[in-house]
Amino acid sequence: MLTNEEVKKAADFFVREIVSLAGQKPIRIMEVCGTHTVAIFKAGIRQLLPTTVELVSGPGCPVCVTPNDFLDAAIAYSKQPEIIITTFGDMLKVPGSSSSLAQEKAAGADIRIVYSPLESLEIATKNPHKKVIFLAVGFETTAPLAAATVLMAEKEQISNFYVLSAHKLVPPALRVLLAAGNRPVDGFLLPGHVSAIIGMKPYDFLAKEFATPAVVAGFEPLDILQSIYLLLKQIQRKEPKLDNQYGRVVPVVGNPIACQRLNEVYQVADAQWRGIGILKDSGLALREKYRAFDALKNLPVTVEPTKEHKGCQCGQVLTGALLPTECPLFGEICKPEHPVGSCMVSVEGTCAAWYKYGAGRWQG
Amino acid sequence: MSVARIQMAHGSGGKVSHDLVKNIIWPAFANDILGEMHDGAQFVIGGARLAFSTDSYVVKPLFFPGGDIGKLAVCGTVNDVAMNGAVPLYLSVGFVIEEGFSIEDLKRILASMQEAAAEAGVYIVTGDTKVVEKGAVDGIFINTAGIGKIIDGITINGKNAKPGQDIILNGYLGDHALAVMSERHGLELPQSVKSDCAPLGDLVASLLAAVPSIAVLRDPTRGGLATTLNEIALQSEVGIIIEEKDIPVSLAVQAACDILGFDPLYLANEGKLLVFVDKEYTPQVLKIMKAHKYGREARVIGTVSHAPCGQVGLRTGIGGIRLLDMLMGDQLPRIC
Repeated sequence: MLTNEEVKKAADFFVREIVSLAGQKPIRIMEVCGTHTVAIFKAGIRQLLPTTVELVSGPGCPVCVTPNDFLDAAIAYSKQPEIIITTFGDMLKVPGSSSSLAQEKAAGADIRIVYSPLESLEIATKNPHKKVIFLAVGFETTAPLAAATVLMAEKEQISNFYVLSAHKLVPPALRVLLAAGNRPVDGFLLPGHVSAIIGMKPYDFLAKEFATPAVVAGFEPLDILQSIYLLLKQIQRKEPKLDNQYGRVVPVVGNPIACQRLNEVYQVADAQWRGIGILKDSGLALREKYRAFDALKNLPVTVEPTKEHKGCQCGQVLTGALLPTECPLFGEICKPEHPVGSCMVSVEGTCAAWYKYGAGRWQG
Repeated sequence: MSVARIQMAHGSGGKVSHDLVKNIIWPAFANDILGEMHDGAQFVIGGARLAFSTDSYVVKPLFFPGGDIGKLAVCGTVNDVAMNGAVPLYLSVGFVIEEGFSIEDLKRILASMQEAAAEAGVYIVTGDTKVVEKGAVDGIFINTAGIGKIIDGITINGKNAKPGQDIILNGYLGDHALAVMSERHGLELPQSVKSDCAPLGDLVASLLAAVPSIAVLRDPTRGGLATTLNEIALQSEVGIIIEEKDIPVSLAVQAACDILGFDPLYLANEGKLLVFVDKEYTPQVLKIMKAHKYGREARVIGTVSHAPCGQVGLRTGIGGIRLLDMLMGDQLPRIC
């Protein structure tokens, strides 16, 4: 482990290199993942970069991209007395069309926060007369866990466990973003933990088809600074490729066992992204073999018609077309304590991170 | 979407709790003493300057590494009284107990309260016991109130922070919250992660005897260091800059936080205090703290400045600087 002094010295080195590589021309780098957004703010990296190097947050916050109709379905289920909802904590406050899980919980719904989807099985076993629905939200990082939970439920013949699934895939979203190209990105900082599962190959198209530089990056401040440096080198040399900065965790092939479990339980499907729309082959659906665990296919529910929040620009923010600080609601009507859109909710939500760490507020 | 009901975040000790107190509770009782918004009330009776504070304890689980609800109920209130520059003297205790609760566990809790009270030098002099039907509370909830005598010549107030002062902390952050969480969720944390729950009255008295000009004392409990510093920055209308490299967090706590997605700067502590003091007295404060069993790891973590007024900034290990905001939402419910 590096000492504080060694970290500072290495950071100074990368910052110097970045400054010398950055020219007059503005460069936009997208950090795809919410974990990166938070890490960048937490370390105060933005202020260390030259003004011509801009970091833009991307669509990689699972809570942010979860659409209203999913939340409305979860809320409708939570109102049924025989149902227990299990969820990761950051879904609670996300506003649906007219309520949130936190509001339903306060009003008496049985909604339980879990740290692992496997806890849902314990709850299901302890409550045989109830039906337990796990809200399966997340990217390639969390989907294998949900898949493992379904496999475990099948093995242990737990018949009162269901999944309400909204899993998403990162690479197809980037393809759509590049194809739309309304506010172009010069390079991608890719989430290392997603590649720890899927490996490097699914990102090959970035350089090959779109000539866009990309670096799979770790999450420590030095990982991020080094990755920005690697991106700038590619950009300035006009040699777009796919670099792996996070080699200590990411094997080129990813984690074949996790992928195999994922493929056993899930198949690729079209998916709805909040504020963006339906993207082809960008999500995961339970395979027919596991339909007994699919909440929507087994448990009838009446969901209210979806309403979008007036003026909410989450879709624009998630595609990097708009910076959070450019949204007229940001920090005024929309704050973490009363969020209008999903981006202001999750700890890793784009707007929540920008707000928490002082974007547009810090006067120092 | 307006909120018509109390949600868990209202009890977090962070921004949402503050808004509840400010907008709903404070207007109902508004008076000058309450308006000081300190850890307790300060007033004069028959010429004696007194400090008075109360707190309710709903921690889950009741027993955790390094402490239990009883020890917490004594130390928490003793510390709140002490943070007024007072010597804590007497406590009241109120129990709300669930039907079916084990008498054996109650005895354990009472013994632990008495042990903590003896160490803190306070007497539990009045109390109340209520029993409610099963399910109406979770095991046992405890309220304590404490009264103490403010040390002569001492004026401690959250409004007293001034540019140029040093900010001193007495040790490692985050252990209490993680110890409780690990017990609640069966997380396998290293044995070294124990609640720091401790009575700080003696340490406070030693500090004030040697350095009567200490300006602010505050214990960073719910909402953690970040929230406490923000409260002081707002009350004193000053800026605060702290240095990430100087903030003591044990390797075990940091590693657990990284895995669970917590930030140690927002985790509750039950045996920590912050001292704001003019720089010339810093060596003396550090010397006294380091000689005390509850201050061995004391260090300066930051300074008070003119700007940015009402804000706290964190200088990061790689040299960036960013806003350190109050706690938003409920990072961890029922931690004390």
